[in-house]
Amino acid sequence: MNLKSLTIHDARSAVLQRKSTATSLAEAFYTKIQSDDLKIGAYLTLCKERALAKAEEIDELAEKGQRLPLLGGVPVAIKDVMVTKGVRTTAGSKILGNYTPPDDCTAVARLEAAGAIVLGKLNCDEFAMGSSNENSAWKPVHNPRDLSRVPGGSSGGAAAAVAADMAVAALGSDTGGSVRQPASFCGVVGLMPTYGRVSRYGLIAFASSLDHIGPLTKTVRDAAILLGVIAGRDPMDSTCAEVPVPDYVAELEKPIKGLKIGVAKEYFGEGLDNEVRKSVEAAIQKLAELGCEIVEVSLPHTKYAIPTYYIIATAEASANLARFDGVRYGFRAPEARTLSAMYRGTRDLGFGAEVKRRIMLGTYALSAGYYDAYYLKAQRVRTLLTRDFEEVFKRVHAIVTPTSPTPAFKLGEKVDDPLAMYLADIYTVTADLAGIPGISVPCGQTRENLPIGLQILGKHFDEATILRVAHVYEMSRVEESLKS
Amino acid sequence: MKVTEKDVTYVADLANLELTLAERERMIRDLNSILDYIDSLSELDTTNVPPMAQISDRFGVDESRQGSARFAYASREDVHEGLRKSLPHDVALANAPDSDGTFFEVPKVIER
Repeated sequence: MNLKSLTIHDARSAVLQRKSTATSLAEAFYTKIQSDDLKIGAYLTLCKERALAKAEEIDELAEKGQRLPLLGGVPVAIKDVMVTKGVRTTAGSKILGNYTPPDDCTAVARLEAAGAIVLGKLNCDEFAMGSSNENSAWKPVHNPRDLSRVPGGSSGGAAAAVAADMAVAALGSDTGGSVRQPASFCGVVGLMPTYGRVSRYGLIAFASSLDHIGPLTKTVRDAAILLGVIAGRDPMDSTCAEVPVPDYVAELEKPIKGLKIGVAKEYFGEGLDNEVRKSVEAAIQKLAELGCEIVEVSLPHTKYAIPTYYIIATAEASANLARFDGVRYGFRAPEARTLSAMYRGTRDLGFGAEVKRRIMLGTYALSAGYYDAYYLKAQRVRTLLTRDFEEVFKRVHAIVTPTSPTPAFKLGEKVDDPLAMYLADIYTVTADLAGIPGISVPCGQTRENLPIGLQILGKHFDEATILRVAHVYEMSRVEESLKS
Repeated sequence: MKVTEKDVTYVADLANLELTLAERERMIRDLNSILDYIDSLSELDTTNVPPMAQISDRFGVDESRQGSARFAYASREDVHEGLRKSLPHDVALANAPDSDGTFFEVPKVIER
């Protein structure tokens, strides 16, 4: 079976129509991973036993001619920040190097309940903190399109695995752009749902008011299918909203003619790579040809998003990561003679440089004398950033921007300059802060064949509209490539 | 320079980090560079802007109620048989770096 461009529909149909079995499909992916992942580094842990047991269940259903569930036999993979019962989960950190969770993340459990085959756990920046995957404590990930470049981060393993056909789809997490930016760097689709749309039960927390789980897929339709499976109220997560989940796949078929699409000048300023600009402008032109009305809008506080984000995210991280103390799970520094020395030794040896930097920045921003000037100030600016979107969404149905100011950069290029690395998220953090959904869909490539992503942002809980715009745009590109 | 060596020592202490000498030097440099950038926020007058902790503040909150009742949307009915039973003892201890089978074990807490 050809794994290239294999979608959820293709994989399920193959099993349903007995052209393949879930077991042989999973085996084919493991063979591919074994041969190709040495040079890419997308996987941290494979869970073959669990996958093949699940595949056998699906094959039994297919053999008996019973109805296959929505994701029956579809091989997927999970970013290593979502816990999996009995399968090592590290969050890309040495401090969880030997951690075997006692439970499954709700989103993962929902995928499996829908028949998906979980192949393994994917590499990521430590605790999802990074924009290049170079902060993984285990190994870097290489961009499948150009091995000398980063895949983006922090869901770098997820984007690379899907782009390199080592999984049909993957789940990532997005706190400042960690699903959309790597999707754009690797040439796949990445969706961040609205804050509260998908349960975070079992997602190892980085910044709780910003963390989202979202799918990375080969097509927009696949992203719609996966969102439908993982979305919706979960009694295990009180931040998961009681908002009805529409049929996202059916919504894709509605027309986009007449939709008002906002273009914000703040996303096309200094620092935007010229080839990215041209590609995104061409995509906007295409949307106009497809019948959308392009409306110029302004999101005046955009330039304050990165500073706001790096206070709020680090403050929350400093609190969330306090739990790693070497007592109940994870790594413990050996030979510490007092409790205090044990805590410090454990955290000193267990955390990597970027995680320590963020814990320090967050602790500083929350410390006496600085709380008002930094944390409270950032929370107020967060209101302004959110109001910007609320104003604009009174006039438009969606907003389009570049996903990232540049295509994938070289490994090592930004590791010594944390601020330069942070600026890789300049177009994505705003949506996390405002809690609105966003999707990155491929819109072209540079002269060096590096993928470029178009970001489409929507209103709270209106993933249906951005998926629809992304889908129609994606279809128009497929048509064009067939013509030429 | 905003962040001094003394600040780094103080904050590392709050965060239960020790940090090597090299890490401290690097931390002073990095934190100052990031905080310089963050200072652009002071250009904004936010006197009358309410702080926002998360977007749920804007969705589902019942403004007519007080305190935690404002967040009633996030609550559920009490159930007698819990949603998930407590972790069995052995499962809870399975990941512990050190335990005697009943308790987590740690180095001596009180020095004398």
